[in-house]
Amino acid sequence: MNRREFLKRSMVVVAGMAVPAAALQLIDPKQLLAAKPQLRWAFIVDAYKCVGCGFCVKACKLENEVPYEANISRTWVERYVVKKDGEVLIDSPRAARDGFTTKKIEVGDGKYREVRDEEIEKAFFVPKLCNQCENPPCVQVCPVGATYSTADGVVLVDRKWCIGCGYCIMGCPYGVRFFHPVHKVAEKCNFCYHRITKGMKSACVDACPFGARQIGNLRDPNDPVTRIIMTERVGILKEEYGTKPQVYYIGLSKEVR
Amino acid sequence: MKSHVWRPLFVAIGLVVLILTARVFIVPADFGIGERGYMYGWHRQGNEEEWKRVTVKYKTRAYCKECHAEKVESIGRSPHGALQCENCHGPALDHPKDPPTLTIDHSRQLCIRCHAKLHTPSSGRSKIRGIDPETHNPEAECSLCHDPHHPNLEELKRHE
Repeated sequence: MNRREFLKRSMVVVAGMAVPAAALQLIDPKQLLAAKPQLRWAFIVDAYKCVGCGFCVKACKLENEVPYEANISRTWVERYVVKKDGEVLIDSPRAARDGFTTKKIEVGDGKYREVRDEEIEKAFFVPKLCNQCENPPCVQVCPVGATYSTADGVVLVDRKWCIGCGYCIMGCPYGVRFFHPVHKVAEKCNFCYHRITKGMKSACVDACPFGARQIGNLRDPNDPVTRIIMTERVGILKEEYGTKPQVYYIGLSKEVR
Repeated sequence: MKSHVWRPLFVAIGLVVLILTARVFIVPADFGIGERGYMYGWHRQGNEEEWKRVTVKYKTRAYCKECHAEKVESIGRSPHGALQCENCHGPALDHPKDPPTLTIDHSRQLCIRCHAKLHTPSSGRSKIRGIDPETHNPEAECSLCHDPHHPNLEELKRHE
């Protein structure tokens, strides 16, 4: 090998090494389409409109066969009572299945606190449900692939595959997951996947008499829910966790966790 | 190499082969990476269909209207028109086939979900007419005096 030949070959080798591995990968059109699907479910909760009747919780539990008397629920409503002295009281008796019917505020261990009307600065209700996060931490921690995110953005649990280890229940920063006492697997809100895939709305959305809950498609710019998210002032819960929740709130307050 | 090295190595290789073969039969064919990739989409595809097959129990007002069009229409004009029939009458399921009659919740507990007076100045609840359930005829069922379909007492008198 003479000097000319050596330089020529080494240039080819250097040029070849400079090509990144990604450039040699064949692009799968299916994968590209999946990165921007036509459907992405999102939810709007208007906390101003919520009156704490709990019809959403009742409908959810019956629709999704969550044991009615057990103190567990896929969705729940929280009452926030902010007192003039700055104290914040939060309760959700039996997940608000029977609504809020008394001024007494549950403080745990079967104890109640009575707050006089004059002491209250503000009081309001906040419905909670699964945020169907874009980056769901509950899915990452599943050791067996029993919980996953669908193409349209809903996080589901495979009841046949779940081993009931409970990692996802600990992993969810919003506390929406719980252990299903009958099926013995992790359980969570799935926006009523059986309804939304049939063109219906989630049971809680239909049950709400005040329009405090709405569901829509984020990819459709003309969807009323998408329009609200794009044009109005909406908040999300625990943004600092980086989970990118897809349940948007109108009328959030700093007390809401 | 001596056989005391090869023998355990064969056992180890045999175990790996055994596990890999067993895996082929145990893991369902539709198990794999879904649309959301390795991190969020690692699942059994058939499960999505299983969730879609769950039966719908709350059929909404539109279903009630198929037979009770007149009722749905007239109640829709009352102050309770915003309420779904099924909120008080219970989920329709396959009514009228199964169940032939729905169980209506007549309880005070149902009415005071909205109409128990609470002090909630920063929520829609404060705009709803409310009573103190402990002092407002505590023993009586609300429907003794109020028509749940035309809840306004003044309006009710006009109807009679």
